[in-house]
Amino acid sequence: MLRVLRARLKQGYRTMRFPDQPPVMPEKYAGRPRCNAAHCVRECTACIQACPTGALSKSGGAVTFDLGRCLFCTDCTDACPTKAIQFTNEYRLATRTREALMVDHRPFALAQALEGEARRLFGRSLKLRQVSAGGCNACEADTNVLNTVGWDLGRFGIQFVASPRHADGLLVTGPVPKNMELALKKTYAATPSPRLVIVVGACAISGGVFADHPEVNNGATSTVPVDLFIPGCPPHPATILDGLLRLLGRIK
Amino acid sequence: MTTLPQLHNGQALPLRDIPELPLPEFRSQIVTRVRRGRRISSLFGLPDGGQIMLLAVLANDDQGMLELCRTRAQDRYPALTPDAPQAHWFEREIAEQWGIVPQGHPWLKPIRFHRCYDPGRDAWGRGPATPIEPCVTDYFRVEGEEIHDVAVGPVHAGIIEPGHFRFQCHGENVLHLEIELGYQHRGIERALMGIADSQCAPSSIRHPPSAIRNSPPGPRAVHYMETLAGDTTIGHATSYASILEALGNVTPAPRAQAIRAVALELERLANHTGDLGALAGDIGFLPTLSYCGRLRGDFLNLTALLCGNRFGRNLVRPGGVRFDLTGPVVTDLLTRLHATFEGVQNAVDLLWETPSVMSRFDGTGAVSQQDATQLGLVGPAARASGVNCDVRSDHPSGMYLSHDVPSVTLRTGDVAARAYVRWFEIQKSVEFINGVLRALPAGSVRQEVRPPAPEHVAVALTEGWRGEICHVAVTDDQGRLRHYKIVDPSFHNWFGLAMALRRQQISDFPLCNKSFNLSYCGHDL
Repeated sequence: MLRVLRARLKQGYRTMRFPDQPPVMPEKYAGRPRCNAAHCVRECTACIQACPTGALSKSGGAVTFDLGRCLFCTDCTDACPTKAIQFTNEYRLATRTREALMVDHRPFALAQALEGEARRLFGRSLKLRQVSAGGCNACEADTNVLNTVGWDLGRFGIQFVASPRHADGLLVTGPVPKNMELALKKTYAATPSPRLVIVVGACAISGGVFADHPEVNNGATSTVPVDLFIPGCPPHPATILDGLLRLLGRIK
Repeated sequence: MTTLPQLHNGQALPLRDIPELPLPEFRSQIVTRVRRGRRISSLFGLPDGGQIMLLAVLANDDQGMLELCRTRAQDRYPALTPDAPQAHWFEREIAEQWGIVPQGHPWLKPIRFHRCYDPGRDAWGRGPATPIEPCVTDYFRVEGEEIHDVAVGPVHAGIIEPGHFRFQCHGENVLHLEIELGYQHRGIERALMGIADSQCAPSSIRHPPSAIRNSPPGPRAVHYMETLAGDTTIGHATSYASILEALGNVTPAPRAQAIRAVALELERLANHTGDLGALAGDIGFLPTLSYCGRLRGDFLNLTALLCGNRFGRNLVRPGGVRFDLTGPVVTDLLTRLHATFEGVQNAVDLLWETPSVMSRFDGTGAVSQQDATQLGLVGPAARASGVNCDVRSDHPSGMYLSHDVPSVTLRTGDVAARAYVRWFEIQKSVEFINGVLRALPAGSVRQEVRPPAPEHVAVALTEGWRGEICHVAVTDDQGRLRHYKIVDPSFHNWFGLAMALRRQQISDFPLCNKSFNLSYCGHDL
């Protein structure tokens, strides 16, 4: 017992002050991308060719990024001959709609909070059932890490529960393989209404790197209605938590 | 025993140098060698002129060599499994992918639940109209008045991947556990081979037109490697890079190899630390669970120092690595590695010092050395059962040629042994990283990779944190990837978990499962 207490003292207090203090992102972190239209060569398509998931498109002078497809692999920055594409250290990426994930020259619309009855019900207590549907265990791991003492998800009233019957919603990861489609549908059906669906990662939003494989469904949107999109491959834990807290109106 | 063509880990050789053996000889070569201690690292089928070529990679761990042999099969062949049980899962895969029946296989069932790659064929005689549903299949049944079935999954209680577990129980005692996977199947190997859509492709699949091939490796290939098992991003990306380097006959610069090795060991540190915490959690010992959860994240953050991503995405590339290390980052790495390791030591020592923990670990889920050898287990699970195999020392490549990583072998094969092996490996990985970072070779970190040599076979092994990762590539006459085979360590080890559960209480399943901590997606591909 004394050993346990001594270890406890040594380990110290480790919970981050997020969201009051911003998280420290690694120097090489690739966050929300942007294209400098002044440097972008109109007829050049090198970045579009290099993208493994077709996340880039061009209309007029600049590139539009679909964060729902983007792996944040930065293959496009390597391909760009004029270094017009840059991945910033902006980790806040979550949106309420699929369309809002399209990044161009306009301001990025971060997720708005739930409103009315949903906000009243879930704003201070949200129980989620996680469903991994073809996830590679990276989105799962960085969702799970929110439960550790570092992030301490419980202080926001958010908890992952063992049964969909106890849940207010689902957090889905993975491209939803055909082999998981029925299980996801059943889990959704077993979750009492009103219920939320949060999708985490490029796979769950668009199929990610597995998009258009006949074995998968190109994400959860084809199977269940989605309330919050958190892009990334995988999203940083700060990105996921930021999204959850925005949805609940805890960050504005 | 006649000799077979051999190569080192990370080498390529012309396909024509591997003689095509008659089926009976192919079979007897494998059976004889496995009896003498070789391991089956890979065994798979690939289309070859209207027939299926079977290619085997046998690991000779004593001499650090890999032996290859091949044959041709039409519709059926006598199964290897009755004489070499570690072929068990491979032969089920061959049957499912190519519709070839290994006759005499003791339990021939699908492993991933998809259609045969060759439309119209099916090892189980299912027609195109018969739906293939995951895990809808036969299960072992123990008959008796008080026997009951317990079915768990695919959706589990925690934040984990899906799989189905079927227990045959007598009271609390598990007589048999059968594990069925396939829910995570995303079609990665099929996509790498460029086989368009096995469900609607024309009958030309055995000669896929080059236009639909994803090769030479398309822009997605390296990303498949990094996401086929996301917790093993570095491990699989390293094997893939080694394959293309072998086929292009280039050796990455020493500095690049050093950075790869550091990343690989950081991946091991993060996962082993997380596993030790989770083992504590499964028996309700919360201090170690809490501390290791945080410390695991600290190791992931060290990987993010290398490349910006906590799982090592975008770091390892054919020809080297994408990011160099600067002096300040090396200093930062060393400082934080030391602090994190001290935290792990403090947290993990609690396990060994607490009798209530050890009484739950000791003797639980034991796998005998004989079973581990026969099943061909790899990685910490094998070493905990007295099987001394570790790619880093048996088949070293890159940085491991000049820097030893000692491995530990225990005998008891129980949860305690699998936990202790992890703790030992954490200590040795930290020593290794310290050694490599303090004497980081100078030079470039990335070079051009020449196009793959035509009609060659390349094999690359990497000791991932779960054990041996084996990639095999075969190129066509244009040097494109004709076939790409991935064996995640979980492929070898899932049956080990089933064996560990025999004669255990069903309530020990989470503990036993965590002590293996196998990959669902790495298996399902």
